[in-house]
Amino acid sequence: MVAFDVPRSTVRLRATGLATTIGKFLVIVITTYLGLLAVTFFIGRVIPIDPVLAIVGDRAPASTIARARQELGLNEPLCWQFVIYVSKVLHGDFGTSVLTGNPVLTDIRRVFPATMELATLGTLIGSMIGVPLGVLAAVKRGTFIDQTVRVIGLFGYSVPIFWLGLMALLVFYARLGWTAGPGRIDVVYEYTFTPITGFYIIDAIIQRQWDALRDILSHIILPACLLGYFSLAYISRMTRSFMLNELEQEYVVAARAKGLSESRIIWRHALRNAAVPLVTVIALSYAGMLEGSVLTETVFSWPGLGQYITNSLQNADMNAVLGGTVVIGSVFIALNLISDLLYRTLDPRTRAR
Amino acid sequence: MMMNFGRFRILAAGAAIALAVTATTSASAATPQDTLVLAWAFDDIMTLDPGESFEISTGEILGNSYDRLVRLDLSDTSKVVGDIAESWTVSDDGLTYTFKLKPGLKFASGNPVTAEDVAFSIQRAVKIDKSPSFILTQFGLTAANVDEKAKAVDPSTFVLTVDKPYAPSFVLNCLTADVASVIDKTLVLQNVVGNDYGNAWLKNHYAGSGPLTIRDWRANEILVMERNDNYHGDKAKLNRVIYRHVKESATQRLLLEKGDVDIARNLQPGDLDAMAKEKDISFTSAPKGTVYYFGLNQKNPDLAKPEVREALKYLVDYNAIGKTLIKGIGTIHQPFLPKGVLGEIDDTPYKLDVKKAKELLEKAGLKDGFSVTMDTRNTQPITGIAESMQQTFAKAGVKLEIVPGDGKQTLTKYRARNHDIYIGDWGMDYWDPHSNADTFTSNPDNSDGASAKTLAWRNSWDIPELTKETKAAVLERDTAKRVEMYHDLQKKVLDTGPFVILFQQTEVAGVRDNIENYKLGPTFSTNYVYTVGKK
Repeated sequence: MVAFDVPRSTVRLRATGLATTIGKFLVIVITTYLGLLAVTFFIGRVIPIDPVLAIVGDRAPASTIARARQELGLNEPLCWQFVIYVSKVLHGDFGTSVLTGNPVLTDIRRVFPATMELATLGTLIGSMIGVPLGVLAAVKRGTFIDQTVRVIGLFGYSVPIFWLGLMALLVFYARLGWTAGPGRIDVVYEYTFTPITGFYIIDAIIQRQWDALRDILSHIILPACLLGYFSLAYISRMTRSFMLNELEQEYVVAARAKGLSESRIIWRHALRNAAVPLVTVIALSYAGMLEGSVLTETVFSWPGLGQYITNSLQNADMNAVLGGTVVIGSVFIALNLISDLLYRTLDPRTRAR
Repeated sequence: MMMNFGRFRILAAGAAIALAVTATTSASAATPQDTLVLAWAFDDIMTLDPGESFEISTGEILGNSYDRLVRLDLSDTSKVVGDIAESWTVSDDGLTYTFKLKPGLKFASGNPVTAEDVAFSIQRAVKIDKSPSFILTQFGLTAANVDEKAKAVDPSTFVLTVDKPYAPSFVLNCLTADVASVIDKTLVLQNVVGNDYGNAWLKNHYAGSGPLTIRDWRANEILVMERNDNYHGDKAKLNRVIYRHVKESATQRLLLEKGDVDIARNLQPGDLDAMAKEKDISFTSAPKGTVYYFGLNQKNPDLAKPEVREALKYLVDYNAIGKTLIKGIGTIHQPFLPKGVLGEIDDTPYKLDVKKAKELLEKAGLKDGFSVTMDTRNTQPITGIAESMQQTFAKAGVKLEIVPGDGKQTLTKYRARNHDIYIGDWGMDYWDPHSNADTFTSNPDNSDGASAKTLAWRNSWDIPELTKETKAAVLERDTAKRVEMYHDLQKKVLDTGPFVILFQQTEVAGVRDNIENYKLGPTFSTNYVYTVGKK
């Protein structure tokens, strides 16, 4: 609002400042990507698995094997193979998956929404419960409540998610019948429901298929709660320690002295300060879920990214693995950026002066 | 994938059993009355093109959706019966096969099925040159000559000319394979891109005349089939069949118990045991064309001694393996041809006999035993069997070191002949004894640069005599004599071969009681689901 009074030189300075920030950011992004690609690429080439085997199978005649080797460019020197690969990636060509025969990007576009839908819901559940629990534990430090939260957290952290998933299915699906079973949607909707975006919840809403929506929600709720619980364990522990740290600060004492209500101190002052590092914690836990949790996806037959990459890796389908790695890398970079931006909104001190 | 989670599974199974004792699942069949729903791990499906597919799961889908000239006779799987072929004759010189088609056949699209379609399908499979093409090219068909060698002389007569007077049983058995499926030429030609013979389109579309049509396939998710009302034989009883991709055995079990699927296809021994008492579920099983064996590399000087090979065959506790490790998923079997195929024998001359093994080792000059490694894929039941072998080998002083690895990794090493012992499986490529004989008892060139990497080659077993005999067997036109020759080959491998065949795989499925007439076949292409009805 006072922009009018700012001297021109300052404007220019700000602009160059912004340019350097963007420039720095780009350099970081590009080197991160290159490093990511190089490491994955070379690991993929040194593992003692013949990639041709995955394509043509064990029984193919020698001529077919030679042709496949040629087509894959495996006869070229390793470094040259990498250069070719990177240049193709720059043109948006991640190659064809050996296992599915589709372009890798098409495959990822199909499996990623399934993972993202689940991860988003899981993170929402995890942070909406985890943060208040952590605050509660910090405030009631050393009491029975604190211990209970600790046990809940430890349980979620130490029990194999695979086992927990099967137990949840057994209890809530098989025995109580409260939720639908594994998979994303019942087979009866196969003829009426068509995926558009791949996010089934959104698709059902677009198509105004409320029956299908109910079914989809009933399918997603168990795995989402499971992932949510898993991240809750982590988020609540971190919230607790951040809050303890804040509650010992002098401004809290000052606020108390001023006579502010305890709830106002906790939620408006302390939590707001704790929120800054908390955002990183939540973003990282979200990014972790976006990689796809193989175990959860396997138990719930969820056709997501985790299963896709694991399956590809076990079959030496390196195009798919590299493509998946780039996607995950992008997710991490994007989430880092978003949490950086959120920092600035949450913490006035980090805003550019 | 599940191999890494063995421990979790044990935990899970334990918990599941504990809960199952206190509670029975609230069962009510939830699948629609006109639909069969199966839970199945079908992540190996890469393409639905019969000319390209060589995967196990795809075999079942194509077997239910595409017709061929001939099919396996399910009442005697060493024979074939006409599918769309009404009759056939073989010329006296054994080179020309003439097939007469049944009248009035139609594709699901409504186009008529003619000899022209049959010829196109064979020509196309040879020309696109994908993994299964060799099943046809072994008759001397090449991209250059196939238009002449496989052709329609009139709309209902197809003629196939082969390059050598093969055993007719061999040629006909090969024509039951998925790669010889009959494709709707008119429909495919409408969808050709460049020079691909419709391969890109057929990857995820359907152009056949079989009992079921393929409506939709989403990899690792779902595959939907529907009744084909144009089918020439008995039409499917149900309107549709839906396969759901479910990887985990325990999840399949829950779905089946709850009635959200009618049939579960990948139940592990632990879950099978736990479900044995379930009252609305029964089990069906069938032996399949896959044998598990271990191969002894003849480059290893110890293993190259005939007495050592024989001794090791006496150092496996077949009984214990059959009773526990492969219970429900396999049966002990020692010859290299699986049960059910032409020429099989059922000899089991070997059992655990430490005394005899010690005598043989002493004769070989290895009285105090020796040390040897075994490349072992880290999946069950392979690891379990390896551990059992380690114990029994030790009784005769043979120190077996297990080298664990991932499947593709151990296979890569095996194909480079860098192993001592390799334990793995071999499935038949097509339902004819030559498929296995050609790999177990044929090694035309034992040099390191050989082009044919048969199992005999991989174990460096140099056998010019047996290679000749294998070649002769595939050209023996008298079926009875041909059968004799395979008996002989199998006995020779049993006696002196570097292969110790352990068991033949069995496929098991859990089936809800309202399902009628569900049977597993000897091959995946004969796992028919279209015959199934519902009560």
